[in-house]
Amino acid sequence: MDVFYSAVSLLMDWQVLLALVIGSIGGVIIGAIPGVGAAVAIAILLPATFAMPPLVGLTMLLGIYGSSMYGGALPAVLINTPGTAVNALTTYDGYPMTQRGEARRAVALAYSASFFGGIFSIVALILLAPLLAKIAPHFGSREIFLAAALGLILVVLAHRGQIFAAGMLASFGIFLQMVGLEPVTYSRRFTFDQSWLTSGVDLIVVVLGLFALSQAFLLLVEPDEKPEMISVKGSIFSGLKELWMYKRVATVSSGFGVMMGMIPGVGEFTAQFMSYTYAQKTSKTPELFGKGAPEGLIASEAANNAVPAAAMIPLLALGIPGEALTAMMLTVFYVHNVIPGPQLFQGQMDFVMALYLALLVLNVIVLCFLMVSTNLLTKIIELPTRLIGITILLLSFVGVYSLRNSITDCALAAGFGVFGFILKRLNLPIVPIILGMVLGGIMDVKLRSAMPRVKTPLDMIDRPIAMIIFAMILIVIALHIRTLMREMRNRPQNLDTDIHLKQEGEQ
Amino acid sequence: MTRFKGLQELFKRYRRPGDIVFAWMFFALAVFLFTQLGTQSPWKWGGKVFSQPAFWPTSSVILMVFFGGLHLLSSALSPRLVGRWEEVWQWVKSLEYAGWFMAYVFVVPQLGYLLSTIVFGLLLAARAGYRSVRMYLSIVALSITIVVVFKGFLQVRIPGGAIYEYLPTTLRSFMLTYF
Repeated sequence: MDVFYSAVSLLMDWQVLLALVIGSIGGVIIGAIPGVGAAVAIAILLPATFAMPPLVGLTMLLGIYGSSMYGGALPAVLINTPGTAVNALTTYDGYPMTQRGEARRAVALAYSASFFGGIFSIVALILLAPLLAKIAPHFGSREIFLAAALGLILVVLAHRGQIFAAGMLASFGIFLQMVGLEPVTYSRRFTFDQSWLTSGVDLIVVVLGLFALSQAFLLLVEPDEKPEMISVKGSIFSGLKELWMYKRVATVSSGFGVMMGMIPGVGEFTAQFMSYTYAQKTSKTPELFGKGAPEGLIASEAANNAVPAAAMIPLLALGIPGEALTAMMLTVFYVHNVIPGPQLFQGQMDFVMALYLALLVLNVIVLCFLMVSTNLLTKIIELPTRLIGITILLLSFVGVYSLRNSITDCALAAGFGVFGFILKRLNLPIVPIILGMVLGGIMDVKLRSAMPRVKTPLDMIDRPIAMIIFAMILIVIALHIRTLMREMRNRPQNLDTDIHLKQEGEQ
Repeated sequence: MTRFKGLQELFKRYRRPGDIVFAWMFFALAVFLFTQLGTQSPWKWGGKVFSQPAFWPTSSVILMVFFGGLHLLSSALSPRLVGRWEEVWQWVKSLEYAGWFMAYVFVVPQLGYLLSTIVFGLLLAARAGYRSVRMYLSIVALSITIVVVFKGFLQVRIPGGAIYEYLPTTLRSFMLTYF
């Protein structure tokens, strides 16, 4: 209980509360604008948060992370365009509901399901905290190395149909992390005798280039568009009442969100896929899915909103980010010399609890904000895309240049911007590069520190948790091979080309 | 079952024209890095393999070659998609905006953050095809907001412009602090 009171007092600082409000409301607005998204906003704001106290900076970023998906549901439901990538499934049932004149109901259900998913995962997180505090200290260098390796393998395997691309980009991320002066023996690695490469490639520069600048280039190169929104008439409160009728789907979907959020490298898409499949299989009207089924909408939104809080578990307990946004947050921890991991859970539980409570409060703030501002948001969504591109370009400058006033950093970020632009145009994943950099760095440090206790390869897995994680790695690989063999036996049609041609034809 | 397939389609990413050009470029980079391993990341005598400074660069480059090669192979064996070079032209077009960004970076230390942001915002708006006065006024308002929030309120580290040296002392210190 002392921890709780201490956490509340940490949260009661006016700066923290202000950051929470700005982050939450800003996140909703950013999420609602198609083409921006939380990753772009967090990438731009990262350097600005370095000057803030750790809890203030993290609360602001958490606010954006946790609330962007609420906002992203609005254009997904109203104009069939997801505000953020993880709202794509919401269009599947949300937009057909709008088409048949149920826009208010769809928006209300999306908000309510998001709120339920968010609160569910935070409650799970708070309940799990004592257990995590007990387990986390058992994670030594070997366990963290294996967990990071598992995360990296899952990131690659999660990109179904693009495993080779994800693998090469994750390897490229590891490579980028290794460029520069090696900190133990001071040997230069891939510096090509260039002094500017000696200090290595900064993660934030790469993040800003790949996420923010690439998005600016994309919006500026492509034709200007101005989404036409429709207004939502009537109260949004009814959604909470209707959600009660679908409490089973909402609970199971949130459960999937929590589970998938906790596993590094998996995240929202898998959670949504599992919860949507579950909702459809157990529904009395499965034929309505994809044609405006409320359960489908709930499954999608409850699952994706349950992930952010759950994704904080591997980040806080082990220092392992599960996806790009938590990887960005990890840099904020490092800048403030707060090292996430077992020690954080043992020594600064009140700090961890304050973050949980901040997540709880942000869900309430966001819901209240959305209840009164949905129609105002529909006006913001109507911004022309090239104007958004200009804004991102101008803001990206602050992000990169304020790091260390380096023109080299800016040139590198511009280079990664073009690289990210190509990846986005080609539908290739960006996240493996970021996770390759972060997890590669963790694996390097942890493997080195584990070495003194490892005499034979078996020593790596001679402790129970290490053995379990290693078994999980083997199971994940085995399951993937089994899936590949099944696909080989029942080879599907070449959807790849078919779908592409259809998309081209529609343009 | 049909719907289930549809869901898989929703989550799957699809190959686009130009994929093979990118695959070749990436593979060439990976092979180049592989040829540099001996000089850019040498192994040291003694010590455990996993503690070698060259261990991770070597592993990552080998993986880049391996996965890059497989990606190239799969791209080469897939049916050709129409519009390869049109797509490459889009990539080239993005270089223009990278150039705009770098020009902005070079101008800020000269003109100062506020003036550079307004000027670049307006030039980019004109380049993007906007012609209305309302849009230009919006861009000016946006630029001022960005500068005030980041430099004035959040106090991010952006140096003052060389042009500020010509301002009167009191105004200069004000501009250096807030704009």
